[in-house]
Amino acid sequence: MTSATIAGPHEVLRAQTRWHWSEIAFWLATLLPFVLTPTYLVLGSQIAITALFALSLDLILGFSGIVSLGHAAYFGVGAYTAGLLSTWGWGEPLTGLAAAALAAGLFGYLTSFIIARFRHLALIMITLGIGLVLQEAANSASWLTGGFDGLQGIHTWPIFGALRFDLYGYTAYGYALAGLFVIFLVARRLIHSPFGLALRGIRENNQRMAAIGAPTRAHIRTIYTIAAIIAGIAGAMLAQTTETVSLEALGFQRSADVLVMLILGGTGRLYGGLIGAAVYMVARDQFSGLNPQYWYFWIGVLLIAVVMLLPNGILGGLSLLARRAKAMS
Amino acid sequence: MPPVFGVLFDGLAYGMLLFLLSVGLSVTLGMMNFVNLAHCSFAMLGGYVTVTLTNDFGWPFFATLPAAFVAAAAASAVLEQVFFRRFYNAGELDQCLLTIGIVFISIAAAAYIYGTINQPVQLPAYLQGSIAFQGLTLSIYRLFLIGIALLITIALVAMLEATRFGAQVRAAVNNQRMARGLGINVDALFALTFALGSGLAGLGGALAIQLVGLDPSFAFTYLIYVLIVVSVGGLGSISGSFAAAMLLGVSDVAGKYYVPAIGAFLIYLVMVVLLMWRPTGIFGRRA
Repeated sequence: MTSATIAGPHEVLRAQTRWHWSEIAFWLATLLPFVLTPTYLVLGSQIAITALFALSLDLILGFSGIVSLGHAAYFGVGAYTAGLLSTWGWGEPLTGLAAAALAAGLFGYLTSFIIARFRHLALIMITLGIGLVLQEAANSASWLTGGFDGLQGIHTWPIFGALRFDLYGYTAYGYALAGLFVIFLVARRLIHSPFGLALRGIRENNQRMAAIGAPTRAHIRTIYTIAAIIAGIAGAMLAQTTETVSLEALGFQRSADVLVMLILGGTGRLYGGLIGAAVYMVARDQFSGLNPQYWYFWIGVLLIAVVMLLPNGILGGLSLLARRAKAMS
Repeated sequence: MPPVFGVLFDGLAYGMLLFLLSVGLSVTLGMMNFVNLAHCSFAMLGGYVTVTLTNDFGWPFFATLPAAFVAAAAASAVLEQVFFRRFYNAGELDQCLLTIGIVFISIAAAAYIYGTINQPVQLPAYLQGSIAFQGLTLSIYRLFLIGIALLITIALVAMLEATRFGAQVRAAVNNQRMARGLGINVDALFALTFALGSGLAGLGGALAIQLVGLDPSFAFTYLIYVLIVVSVGGLGSISGSFAAAMLLGVSDVAGKYYVPAIGAFLIYLVMVVLLMWRPTGIFGRRA
C-alpha cells in the first residue's frame, strides 16, 4: 500500500484536533487589546461575549443544520437568571454563570424535544415562535423582569473576591475572553469527537444518518441543549459585565444579528462566529454615529452580498483564496 | 347585541386584511418552496405608494389602489429576476438571509424617505364614519374592507379553479417536476404568480393603513402575522390561508379586547402549538 492508504475514522478525527499555527496566533492576538487598545476593552468584552453567543449558534446551525431564528431566547434566559440572582443579593459571578447555564440548559433541554421533531420551514417558524413567546412573557411579567424598562440594580461582585469589574473593562475583557476560550476548547473537542462527526452527518443527510442507525433525535437534543447552555453563559456574562438586562437581550433583533454575524464569518467553522462577531461589532462601533435605521441598510446590503458572492462567509472566502494560491504555486 | 359581535366583526375585518397580505406568499411558497421573508416589504411599498399619491399628488383613494398593486407587482418582478431566481434551489437558510437583507434595506429606505412617524391617509368621505346596525356600530371602512377582500377571494378561487393559468398553478404547486415534465413553463408561471401575489400584498398594504397604520416597521411586524397565516394555513392552500387568517384575525382582536395583558403572547403560543400538532398547517397536504 502507498501513502494513499485510507486512514481510519479515529486517525482522521485526531488529525483534525491538531492545533494549526494560525489558531495559536489568533488566540495570542486576542490578548493584544490589553496593550494596544486599552480604551476599547469594554467593546472587546462585548465582542468576546457576542462571539461566544455566535459560537453556540454555530454548533446547532453550522454543524447540525438546525436553523434557528429564536436563539436569543436562551441568551435572554441566561442574562435574566444572572441578573435576577444579583438583584436578589447574590452577585458572585462564577456561581451566577453556573446558575444561568443551568436555567438556559433546562429551558433548552425542554424545547429540544420540540426542535428535534421538525425541519425546514416548520422549524424556522417554531424557533421564531419560541423566541417571541418568551419575549412577550418577559414583557408581561414586569414584576419579575422590570418589563420594558429592564432589570435595575444589578451589582456584580469581584471575581474570586479580588478582581473588581473596573470602568475601563480590564476585568470584563479578561473575564469574557477567558470564558470564550474555555468554552471554545470544549466546543472544539466536541465537534472533533465521533459525536461531532455524527452531527455533521445529520446536517448533510438526516434520513441517511437515521438509516445507518444513528439516534438522530437524541443527538439533536444533546447538541441543542449544549448550545442553549453556552448561549445562557454568554447572556449571563453580558448581564454581569454591563450590570443591566433589558428585553432586547431576548428579542428577535438579537437572534437576527447573531445569525448575520455567523453567516458573515462562515458557518460550520469554529472560528466563523468569532471572526463574524468581531467584524460586525467593530463595524457597528465605527458607524455608531449613524442612525440605527441606516446601519441596517448596510447590514441588508452585506447580507445580500454575502449570500450572493461569499456563500461560506469570510473564512470560506479566505480558504478558497488559500487553496487557489496553493494551486497556482 | 352583546359586544362579542362587535369583536367578531372587527376580527373578521382584520382577518380579511391578513388574508390579502398573506395569500400571495402562501401560493409562491407552495409552488417553489421559496421562503420570501420580504413579502411584507412589498405590502409596505403599496402602502407608501397610496400615501404619496393621495397626500402629495391629490389622487383619490380609490385610484391609488390599482397603483399600489402595480407598483408592488413591478418591484417584486424586478427583484425576482435579479435575485430570487438564483435561489430556488438553495437551502432555506440562504433564502431567509437574502430576503431578510431586502427587508432591512426596505425598512431603512422607508425611514430615510418618510421618517419613522406613522403616515396618515386621506379617505373619501363616504368611507368614513360608521353605521348603526342592530345596536352595533359598524365602521364603514371595515365593511368596505370585508367586501373588497371577499371579492378578491372569489376572483382568486375562480381564477385558480376555472382558468388555464389556474390549472397550471395548481399543477405546479402539487408537483413541480411533474408539471415541468408536462411542458408547463414553471419559471414563467412562477414569475407571474410571484408578481400577482406581491401585488395583492401591495393592495393589502394600501388598505391596511387606515386600520393599523403605516411606518417603516410594518415590513417586520406584519411579516410575523403573515408567516403565522401561511404556516398554519398550509402552503399553497388558498382556503387554508383564508381560514387561518380569519382565525388569527378574530383571536388577535378578541385577545386584545378580553385579555389585553397577554394578547400577543397567546397568538404566538397558539402558533407554536398548532405547528407542533400539524407541521404542514391545518390544511397542508404535503409532508
